[in-house]
Amino acid sequence: MDDLLLEYLPILVFLGIALGLGIILLLAAAVIAIRNPDPEKVSAYECGFNAFDDARMKFDVRFYLVSILFIIFDLEIAFLFPWAVAFQDISMIGFWSMIVFLGVLTVGFAYEWKKGALEWE
Amino acid sequence: MIYDDLNIIFPEIFLSVYAMVALLGVVYTSKDELAKRVTWVTAFIFILVAFLIIFSEEKTEIAFGGMFINDAFSRFSKIIILLSAAVVLVMGQEYMSRRGFLRFEYPLIVTLSVVGMMVMVSAGDLMSLYMGLELQSLALYVIAAFKKDSVKSTEAGLKYFVLGALSSGLLLYGSALVYGYSGTTLFSGILSNVSTDAPSLGLLFGLALVIAGLAFKVSAVPFHMWTPDVYEGAPTPVTAFFATVPKMAAICLFIRVMYDAFGNIINDWQQIIALLSILSMFLGAFAAIGQTDLKRLLAYSSIAHMGYALIGLAAGTEFGVQSVLEYMTIYITMNIGVFAIVMSMQQDGQSVTEIASLKMISETDPGKAIALVILLFSLAGIPPMLGFFAKFEVLRAAINAELVYLAVLGVLASVIGAFYYLRIVYFIYFGEMPETPLDDAKSPILRTIWTASAAIMIFGIVSLLGVEQMAKAAAFSLLN
Repeated sequence: MDDLLLEYLPILVFLGIALGLGIILLLAAAVIAIRNPDPEKVSAYECGFNAFDDARMKFDVRFYLVSILFIIFDLEIAFLFPWAVAFQDISMIGFWSMIVFLGVLTVGFAYEWKKGALEWE
Repeated sequence: MIYDDLNIIFPEIFLSVYAMVALLGVVYTSKDELAKRVTWVTAFIFILVAFLIIFSEEKTEIAFGGMFINDAFSRFSKIIILLSAAVVLVMGQEYMSRRGFLRFEYPLIVTLSVVGMMVMVSAGDLMSLYMGLELQSLALYVIAAFKKDSVKSTEAGLKYFVLGALSSGLLLYGSALVYGYSGTTLFSGILSNVSTDAPSLGLLFGLALVIAGLAFKVSAVPFHMWTPDVYEGAPTPVTAFFATVPKMAAICLFIRVMYDAFGNIINDWQQIIALLSILSMFLGAFAAIGQTDLKRLLAYSSIAHMGYALIGLAAGTEFGVQSVLEYMTIYITMNIGVFAIVMSMQQDGQSVTEIASLKMISETDPGKAIALVILLFSLAGIPPMLGFFAKFEVLRAAINAELVYLAVLGVLASVIGAFYYLRIVYFIYFGEMPETPLDDAKSPILRTIWTASAAIMIFGIVSLLGVEQMAKAAAFSLLN
């Protein structure tokens, strides 16, 4: 058990360094840096002219839909990759499990297509 | 072999394939015009699968190396889940199509959540537990927000989703700790690896987190915050579904995990469950008093009822498990009846859920008034209604397990809770006539359902119409 934990020691050390460095950098900016604010300095910088509007603007909900649909197929690849790499060693059950999984995803894809989720107008 | 495994999960595969085929079939043909028919077909298929399970061989089978267990316990819960889901679908389709938001996806999403519940109650591994739970929950988040143009409904969906994700996180963290300290995710493996006398602290942490995650799903206090808002915001047929079917699945999963995985350390989880149960009963009893909306009131009522069901689990005995199963069956039956009445409440064609609108329905619709009174008496636990025997059994289980304090607190909470049920009864018979009385919903389906539910509350006392024997066999199969 201790040997096993010892292997993870570098990660702990790394975590400690990352945390410490982060805190030091934040504190250094607060303690050492010279601060002399004026309105021009603290306003948003936009290539020399005044900012038009708030950076937090509304945008179409369809972007979300597309990104969610993207994530599903992104994950599909994440599952397919190790499957393809280990293809030589897996049994027929492994092969057909993935085919069934792809089939289920295809059903979802066919549904969203017909439902019009991919149409922009 | 794989074919034997697939044979054991045939009902689940059948329902999943049905959901996918129907989804494609309908979306490529006439879409929402078929919505009503799809709902009826789905309800019929649920009943078909329920009968398939009823008439299947009575034996304990294990599939996929222990990840999936098919025993009398899981069969009992699956039958109740399928039948009640079918009734709730049939009762909701009319309400939804009259108000123009019945889509063909609704019954199919319900089908997927039912598949998730069936996996939950059969889970024999932390992995399959989580898979079933998530399939169920994701489907429920969607149908909570089913009325897309209603702010309340979308708010309910969002709230449910965010808090549900939090609870899944707790559950996963707990599962990770349990896995870390027992070395396996299989329930049977956890059971044999956990030492009986001194389980490690990490494992107890994991256990507590798993319980917190599951308590969220059964809406036990202090993990109940989402319940009133979601129940109020979701469309009434969806609320009827939330209050009945997933509760059965979550409680059965709770029992399964506690006994199959942590059956050796009953003393360690007993006190947590007892605390959850006491808090739920009292919060449910006190918080419902001030409610003016019937759906919110029923939300608090369901929180209180979950508290009583947990008494039976806290008992930690075979009889305790049996009493919980009976309690849940009776709870579902009476809640279906009450929600059938809530769905029929409308003024000038607009559905209303204020308690005050029930004033003097004894004049306008005496049959409905009597049914509602019977159901409310049953919810309050007044003999000779079936609800009394449900409470009686769990309290008896607590006393047999020498948890007398739990039984005494249960009785106290039940007396307090009776107040708000009886207040509605007062409105029905002794209130003053409102200016616009409720109109007749003209729905023979709803009328049949609430009449049947009320009739069961009276005539069901004859050995609970056979449920008692089945619950007994289910509890026996779980503990032996």
